Amino acid sequence: MGLKEKLEHNEFAITAEMAPPKGIDFGRIRECAQAVKGRVDAVNVTDFQSAVVRPSSLGGAKILLEEGLEPVMQITGRDRNRIAIQGELLSAAALGIKNILALTGDHTSIGDHPEARGVFDIDSVGILQAATKLMNGEDINGHELSGIPEYFLGASVTPLYEPVELQIIKMVKKIQAGAKFFQTQAVYDIDVIKGFMEKIKDLDAKVLVGVIPLKSVGMAKYMNNNVPGIHVPDEIIDRMKKAQDKEKEGLNIAAEFIKQVREEKICAGVHIMAVGAEENLPVLFDMCGF
Amino acid sequence: MIISKQKPFKEILEFLNGKNKIFITGCSLCATSCMTGGQQQIEEMKEKLEKQGKTVTGSVILDPSCHKLQVKATLKKQKSQINAADAVLCMACGNGVQTVSSCVKTLVYPANDTLFIGEIERIGQYQQACKACGQCELGWTAGICPITKCAKSLLNGPCGGAKNGKCEINPENDCAWILIYNRLKDLNMLNTLLEIKPPKDYSKSLHPRKLAASK
Repeated sequence: MGLKEKLEHNEFAITAEMAPPKGIDFGRIRECAQAVKGRVDAVNVTDFQSAVVRPSSLGGAKILLEEGLEPVMQITGRDRNRIAIQGELLSAAALGIKNILALTGDHTSIGDHPEARGVFDIDSVGILQAATKLMNGEDINGHELSGIPEYFLGASVTPLYEPVELQIIKMVKKIQAGAKFFQTQAVYDIDVIKGFMEKIKDLDAKVLVGVIPLKSVGMAKYMNNNVPGIHVPDEIIDRMKKAQDKEKEGLNIAAEFIKQVREEKICAGVHIMAVGAEENLPVLFDMCGF
Repeated sequence: MIISKQKPFKEILEFLNGKNKIFITGCSLCATSCMTGGQQQIEEMKEKLEKQGKTVTGSVILDPSCHKLQVKATLKKQKSQINAADAVLCMACGNGVQTVSSCVKTLVYPANDTLFIGEIERIGQYQQACKACGQCELGWTAGICPITKCAKSLLNGPCGGAKNGKCEINPENDCAWILIYNRLKDLNMLNTLLEIKPPKDYSKSLHPRKLAASK
């Protein structure tokens, strides 16, 4: 059963995330993919994450397909105009990639080519609209396609945001534009995601709450200070401080969170971003009992 | 207002390498307001150039530098001083440089970098307000431009990158979308934000743009 079917059947879905390497050596990604094969429903491939030059998400998604995993191809509006975005979506469909996650994209200025010109021709809503149009057999200007692609469209949302109503307004637009599932920014406080889910209970979309297992106290503090939409509560930082094996404690914290989300049916699933520690995913799944 | 900033003097000197007689033009409008092309800056430039052993054959403040007919008429009166110069140094915006350049045979060099269309917050403090996108969006955004004031020019709401109401790429900048949201909320007009805005039509802003205003 694929990600789409699983979500449509209201079964708890698990997605992970992998970034293409800086270069062309996909060896580690292939190994990590094999290690989680059968234990995740799909794996996101990031699209020039943090505005850093790497192989594109299309290439990474194709490699995951080769490894027998179901990819979610992330695509942003930062580096491609509407012609290139539609072309990338068509290429994805032709290669057998159906899950698409439409994102705005981090700004070029934070990446490794800060001199680059950001494109931002169409935003995440526009990408979703474009994909929906393609599924109807035409491009966004109404020109007919030969061979019609099929996508399962997703988008992102940040539950910890002030004012959250503004995130929800955009979420509504994304749903109107075709988004069926949402993956969130990482959440550490169960009450944050509970409160958010209560606010969007009337919206027709499946939400996979984001989880980033902590590796150190410094990582938690760094994210609190620098990553918008992420807040690691003090009690979790204290747990990390007291732990002998920080990495294991981070995974424990993540596993407890995931189990609670699943048992209390808070969300349709979880999206685990291991941010460079994908080797730990099987350990995390063992802890979760998946 | 076209906001400009004087180039580093070293860069100006590189342009003027081998050119010893210089005519200077300033501008009565934006560059005067930006303190990059008014009487005082012309005097200061003259002094600096003379210290480098150059001769300033004359100077004039164009009123303004982007008005071709005015520029032509004014420069005509300065013909002998301009003809005596090896170069004209234009202390205006990029538009002013090109207008002056189209009116004289002598090579014209820019003294300023042209930065943006913006407002003067207070003396010496400027901020960008308009990107001249060609299709004004201010009618539905409570008078705050998302094209200019959102770093990603987003039209359908914010990215997830605001922290404490500030933009992730520059914490000195407010998130334009939070400003728009707050203002529309105060006006009880949040429904405006629920409408999906189509991608912008960039065919309307192909450059160079021209306009023949009808009478």
